[in-house]
Amino acid sequence: MIQFFNVSKEYPRSGLALSDATFRLHKGEFAFLTGPSGAGKSTILRLAYFEERPTNGEVRVSGVSSDEMSRRAVAKLRRRLGIVFQDFRLLEDRTAEGNVAFALEVTGTRRDQIAPRVNRVLTQVGLASKFKAYPSELSGGEQQRVAIARALVNDPVVLIADEPTGNLDERATRGVFQLLRDINASGTAVLMATHNLDLVRRTDYRTIEMDAGRIVHDGAFRGSDVRTAT
Amino acid sequence: MRLAIRDALATMRKAPLLSLLSVTTIAFSLFAFALFGLVALNIKRALERVEERVEIRAFVADGTRIEDIARAADEIARYSEVQSATIVTREQALERARAELGEFSDVFEPGVLPASIDVRMRPGFRDPRNVEAISSRIRTFDFVDDVRYGAEWIAQLHKLRNIAGATGIALGVAFAVVAVIIIGATIRMTVLARSTEIGIMRLVGATDAFIRRPFLIEGFVKGILGGMLALAFTWIAAAVLEHYLNFQALFFDNRLVAFGLAGGALIGLFGSAFAVGRHLKRV
Repeated sequence: MIQFFNVSKEYPRSGLALSDATFRLHKGEFAFLTGPSGAGKSTILRLAYFEERPTNGEVRVSGVSSDEMSRRAVAKLRRRLGIVFQDFRLLEDRTAEGNVAFALEVTGTRRDQIAPRVNRVLTQVGLASKFKAYPSELSGGEQQRVAIARALVNDPVVLIADEPTGNLDERATRGVFQLLRDINASGTAVLMATHNLDLVRRTDYRTIEMDAGRIVHDGAFRGSDVRTAT
Repeated sequence: MRLAIRDALATMRKAPLLSLLSVTTIAFSLFAFALFGLVALNIKRALERVEERVEIRAFVADGTRIEDIARAADEIARYSEVQSATIVTREQALERARAELGEFSDVFEPGVLPASIDVRMRPGFRDPRNVEAISSRIRTFDFVDDVRYGAEWIAQLHKLRNIAGATGIALGVAFAVVAVIIIGATIRMTVLARSTEIGIMRLVGATDAFIRRPFLIEGFVKGILGGMLALAFTWIAAAVLEHYLNFQALFFDNRLVAFGLAGGALIGLFGSAFAVGRHLKRV
């Protein structure tokens, strides 16, 4: 699904952000990416959805290699990925329904197929009554649910989530996290970067722990051994 | 494509002030260019009118038979550089001289002025080199005594035309470049205003072509609207000048109007393509 082979990423100004990372996210798997700020979590995610090219090594996502990716191939690949961010990235001038439909419109989905698919995912994320609400009329948790619905509407093979609960209160965090678990249970792989170790502790999902651009642990959560996230 | 058109029009509706600003910026940039074009067009026309007076006069020897003169005039009229070759008899020459001199008309005695063939050159051949070449050919006729064409005057006129032409091209290019830069900057503002949307489009898998399309349509529409507005401004400016300066100005013909509108549309289109292309390269 997602494969990193000895991947390094160096930026001209800030230097080495990721060093020699190798891991594989399998089909239907759920994995956390943890570590302090600047550890390289977001770099891994940006490499995974091909927003960045590796300086060294190779990233393969759903059969597409970073060695041979064109902008068109990247666009096509992203239709099979769902991407969610801490800051939601919703269009303020579109309703919940419009934001989700947007992901289908830009990929050339037939108009008669858009409404049923949008209805299905908005219902799936628990927003059946908020179709016509604008982002400014929704709570943080609800906005993140719209973002997740948008990520889901193209039936992605993997959901990449960068601190999806970072801006949410505890109750909303629990709700969004449960939603991600449900999505994973239905067969979609999830790679989720988070600072929230309470969430990590609560499950037995695989944890890829990062520090200073390196993967320092990959496996079950290490409990008290893990460094406190900042 | 329908979605792109809908999207482009929706964007213009959603940000009417920004759209108005870009259309008026395009309009004023093109207006400056069009005003310059109008001045250049009128100068060109004025110079052409002066050039129409370029004439070669071949004086014919006394006693030449009119048939010989007519045959020569026919032959000269067939030269590709020549527009017309007209025979002026001695009587006509006297009449013309008297008309031109007015109160001094009695200084000429009948028979004192020779007959001539008056040759007018076609447009594009009224420069010193062509006029000299035709004069030399005309001199080869046995019965031609002398050929006059105001060599110095034609040389000065040609120099003036060259200076006007070169200045016109340099200023025209400068105005066009300034217009393109201003229009490009305006369109860039509209692209930046939608950078969040572009970012989301890319994240959900839109291709660059898909992202670019509504911007191109928007640029095209704004270019045409700006071009129409610029033409209206230019027409008003020309009318005001005519009214207050009592000056009969030449306005753009339909071909130039169409050219101006197409120019506006193309600047809008390419300005947008450039602005959105640059933005896409960076994201």
